[in-house]
Amino acid sequence: MAKVFIYPANSLILADLIERFGHKPLVIMNQIREKVTSISLDSPPLNITPEDPKLGLRYAAIEVPPGVRGRMALIGPLIEAAEASIIVENPPTNFGCVGCNRTNELMKYLIRSKGVPVLEIKYPELDEEAHDFVSKIVEFLKSLPKEKLGHDEKVADKEPSEKETGK
Amino acid sequence: MCLLNITWVLKEIRGMNPSNLKFPVAEERQKMTETKNETVTKYIVISSDKVLPSDAAMKIYESEFSVTVKETCFGLIVTGPKDEVQTVIERIRQLDKNHIFIKDRGFPAGDKRRCRATLGGGPRPGFHFLREEVKMLPAIGAALDELEEKAPLREKLKEKSRIKVSVLEKIIEEELAR
Repeated sequence: MAKVFIYPANSLILADLIERFGHKPLVIMNQIREKVTSISLDSPPLNITPEDPKLGLRYAAIEVPPGVRGRMALIGPLIEAAEASIIVENPPTNFGCVGCNRTNELMKYLIRSKGVPVLEIKYPELDEEAHDFVSKIVEFLKSLPKEKLGHDEKVADKEPSEKETGK
Repeated sequence: MCLLNITWVLKEIRGMNPSNLKFPVAEERQKMTETKNETVTKYIVISSDKVLPSDAAMKIYESEFSVTVKETCFGLIVTGPKDEVQTVIERIRQLDKNHIFIKDRGFPAGDKRRCRATLGGGPRPGFHFLREEVKMLPAIGAALDELEEKAPLREKLKEKSRIKVSVLEKIIEEELAR
C-alpha cells in the first residue's frame, strides 16, 4: 500500500479512486482533523497556533506570505510522507482554502523534485475524457507496489520515467 | 476551609456554579489523563440511479453501529469511531459499488464551526469544489463500470458496434428505477 499525495489536496474523485485500488490517499482533510478535533484546543476555534507558520518555514522562506507558510504547515508533512503522487492540472475550482496559487505551485514543485513517481493528467471536461482519466489513474495505481516500501527502496525507485510523468 | 469560602462566595454572591470551574492544576491533570479519541468523519457522496441518500441512511440506522449520520443533498456525513465508520462505509459502498464515492472530512458532522445553521446560511466552505466534482461523478462511475467489465477503455471508445443485450438490460433497469 503506497501513500499517494494528490493535487487538488481535497479531491473527492482522486481520494476515492486511490482508496478503491488499495492505496492510502494523503489528503488535507486528515491534517485538518488532527487540528480541529484535538481534545485540548490550544487556540480555539480552529487551533491555529504560532507554531504553524514556524513549521511552514521548513518549506518557504520568511519573505513568503504567511498564508503560504500556514498552508504548507499542513501540506508539507503530507509531501514528506508521499511515496507517489497524482497531479491534476486545471481543476475547475481553485478558490477558497485551496485557491492560493503560490502554495499550489510550491506544492507541485516540491512533489516533482522529491523524485517519487508522479502522474500528471488534465482534469476531464467531457464524458469521453473521464474514461481516459480513470483508466490512466487506474493503470498508475496498479503499477505502484502494494507492500509498504522501506526507506532504501523508496530512494532506489526515485527516478520517474517519462511515461510516469505523463509527458 | 479557604476553598469552601471561595466556592460559597462564588455560588451565593456571584451566582456561579462552582462545578463548572476548572483550576489550573486540575486542567493539567485532565490533559495528562486524556487519550486521543479516534473519531473520524467521512463524506459518502451518492451518484447512483438505484440508491438514494435516504436508503443509505436507513441502512446505517438498521445496523448496530454507534455512528452519527447526517443526510445531505449529495449523500451522507458519517461520524464515529474509526473502525465502525470504516465498516459502515464499506457496507454502504456495496449498495452500488461504482457510483458511491467516499472521502474524509476534517470537521465532525454538525460542527458549529462549519454548520450553516450557526454561520448564518450560505454554502459552507468546501462545498463549491465538492459540487464541481459531483457533476463529474456519473462519468467516473460509468468508466469504473466499464473497467470492471474488463473492457479495454481506449479501444472501446474508437470502435462502433451494436449495443450488447446485457448493457441494454442494465440501461432499462436504471431508467425504470428512476
